[in-house]
Amino acid sequence: MKRLPEIDRNKCNGCGLCVTVCACGALVIVDNVVTVVEIEQECQWCTNCELVCPAGAIACPFDIVFEQAQSERIENSR
Amino acid sequence: MSIELDFLGRQPYFSGLSDDEIKAVGRLLSERSLERGDMVLMEGEADSNLYFVVSGAIKTFKTSSEGKEQILSIVRPGDSFNDIAAFDGGVSPVSAQTMGPVTLYEADRPDLVALTDRYPRFTKNAVAVLAAKLRELVILVEDLSFKQVIGRVAKILLRYASDEAGQRLTQQDMAAMAGTAREVVGRSLKTLEEQGTIRLDRHRILISDRRRLEDMAGAVV
Repeated sequence: MKRLPEIDRNKCNGCGLCVTVCACGALVIVDNVVTVVEIEQECQWCTNCELVCPAGAIACPFDIVFEQAQSERIENSR
Repeated sequence: MSIELDFLGRQPYFSGLSDDEIKAVGRLLSERSLERGDMVLMEGEADSNLYFVVSGAIKTFKTSSEGKEQILSIVRPGDSFNDIAAFDGGVSPVSAQTMGPVTLYEADRPDLVALTDRYPRFTKNAVAVLAAKLRELVILVEDLSFKQVIGRVAKILLRYASDEAGQRLTQQDMAAMAGTAREVVGRSLKTLEEQGTIRLDRHRILISDRRRLEDMAGAVV
């Protein structure tokens, strides 16, 4: 499943600023609240939506992983 | 294109001015529409206009000689930028770029100077706006000068890293933990990536050089 920014609908004030900075078109305003929609390409995780949101309603969280462990896991699964 | 007087009345610069005074101010402003990625200001270049963001978002930033970008502020609707050059007449101390489609109002310096002569209330407001911006900058200077932010970010990454996807953190979370601004965390992550210590792969931060990250985290008092 494609990873997309996470919205806190209770915090969103519907200002739409995130929509204006979103380069991949994953964000739209529906009923005065920002909503994430499935898009063809992957969200590039520029995190600009999170950066500009004045209400702190958008989160672009990162998984923090050790690269070596990850490559070993990929290697083992082959 | 007409200037929205309601918008102007809500600006800290024009707060408390009468409707007629706001109308007079409106006649001095012009509207400008920009596309995503347009540069509005270039650091070091002459531009003494004062800009108000009506819609969209602008980032102001400084660029080091190695090309590293440090975001200083995100300017949202209702905020202004280039205030320093507009009032001292010097070159722009920062660059400014649109983050999406943006509408601005701009006022040129001679008109601003005339407003300070004409409306004492405007002058009072301008002092308050500039003081608030100076306060924000002082906090940022403190973060950038004295706090070992990169070491703290290293420490946070190590604390939350796991071999598989574990707890996830936003840059805002890291900023709150490191006691700094989100913009400074963004710069620290980029620096760590340029060093080859971490790799940013969309929604993953991959720790490529654990030893080095541990050294950096260990250097934090």
